[in-house]
Amino acid sequence: MPKITYHVGEEVVTVDAAPGSTVMLTAVQNDVGGIVAECGGNAMCATCHVYLEDGPVDELPAISVAEEEMLECTVSPRTPASRLSCQLPVTDAVDGLVVRVADEQS
Amino acid sequence: MTTTGTLAPGASVVVVGTGQAGFQFAASLRDAGHTGPLTLVGDEPGLPYQRPPLSKAYLGATADGSAVLLRTEAFYTSRDIRVRPRTRVSALDTAARRLELSGGERLHYDHLVLATGTRARPLPVPGTDLAGVAVLRTLTDADSLRVALAEPRDVVIIGGGFIGMEVAAAAVVRGHRVTVVESLDRPMARAVAPAISGYLTELHRSHGVRLLLGRAVRELHGSSGAVRSVELDDGEKIDADLVLIGIGALPNTDLAAEAGLGVCPVTGGIEVDEHLRTSDPHISAIGDCASYPSVHAPGPTRLESVQNAVDHARHLAARLTTGVSAGYRSVPWFWTHQYDAKLQIAGLGTPGDDHVLLGDDTSGSFSVLRFSGDRLVAVESVNKPSDHMAARKILAPGGRRPEPTDARQDGFELRTFLRGR
Repeated sequence: MPKITYHVGEEVVTVDAAPGSTVMLTAVQNDVGGIVAECGGNAMCATCHVYLEDGPVDELPAISVAEEEMLECTVSPRTPASRLSCQLPVTDAVDGLVVRVADEQS
Repeated sequence: MTTTGTLAPGASVVVVGTGQAGFQFAASLRDAGHTGPLTLVGDEPGLPYQRPPLSKAYLGATADGSAVLLRTEAFYTSRDIRVRPRTRVSALDTAARRLELSGGERLHYDHLVLATGTRARPLPVPGTDLAGVAVLRTLTDADSLRVALAEPRDVVIIGGGFIGMEVAAAAVVRGHRVTVVESLDRPMARAVAPAISGYLTELHRSHGVRLLLGRAVRELHGSSGAVRSVELDDGEKIDADLVLIGIGALPNTDLAAEAGLGVCPVTGGIEVDEHLRTSDPHISAIGDCASYPSVHAPGPTRLESVQNAVDHARHLAARLTTGVSAGYRSVPWFWTHQYDAKLQIAGLGTPGDDHVLLGDDTSGSFSVLRFSGDRLVAVESVNKPSDHMAARKILAPGGRRPEPTDARQDGFELRTFLRGR
């Protein structure tokens, strides 16, 4: 199973992720803090904001127009590393991905 | 700020309802540090789950119900939140502060939260008890519908609201023959402006949905106990082997009403004040079942949405743990997803609003601004998330809002307005 590492404040959590899931859902189902995901993964609320830190970030899909527009509205600062984690599918290729959960989501 | 009193540290809190509001309240109450007993009671079979996917992706997915769970079992265990599924509350004794559960067990509370949600509004015509006639409120409903949609069907959807239009989209893209019967002259008429309804009408028709507007249903006909056709008020019969009734929802208020709590005659919901308190100081109501005074609408308001459930829940958890409340004032927002169209709504429109279109409504990416007089009250956006997110900030109480004359200027943009105000 691919492993994903989340930095939440000072905490670092690495969890097994199921292919077919998303980086957001994996966090929520493993009780990783900091992700609100109010809309349940529809790129509608911008409350699952993460920063890509390390690992196979090039294996992730490009940012869609809708995600781009939502990222303009995040509460924590938007940076070139910003993504909505609900838009990041888990595949075997993303094994070793490291993300930082944005401090403020809503 | 109003001082509302705090829960004692060991106070026992019981939530009736295991939907989004009940779940979020329990999670937020623990996050806020409350350590007393916390119990969620609900009549559904399992753990709290998300409802929005049930009328969309879930219908075509292969994953089981665990895919839509809000949290896994471990979440509740680690926070000492006791979830009691398959449990109906049969009576509420406000004087003794006690619930009676199905099976006779009694459950004491220091504070009770009613998050009882809604049920499907019944269609008052003959034939709705035939096999193949469905509603969609729960995961169990969605599982049944998904099984029914595994084979090609003549699907008739009664009601062109959110759920009806979402299921129409999900069904037609999977090859079913889909007819929607709506009694008003446009889909989602109570929720959105005419331009949005027009866009959705064209979108659905271009995907092959037969959309019958301004038509009512007289009777459902069947043979051997299963539905075969839907008869309209003019006598036309439409072949059907699957009928979904999606004509709205009714708040679950029986428990509250029997206990003597106020129920709003306008919205049908359990009456609460701006701090989400019922007429009994030991009982609050949140989410779809609650009728509250909103700063975003002229009269008593009852909303059916994830946002309303989540924000009510957070507000109440904060009020009970801090003992103060400035009043619930969150901006209402909603979304729906049909085909590739994302419709996002911020604020509350009312019939008779004036409308200003931003962008081109034939382009597939535009917004409609709704004004009550000169006051912006809602923004409805199709594939325009930046407008939606800006609108949510602009509509928050206290800030300056654009007027129709601003919005009609060439090049007007909500996010530019927001930055400049």
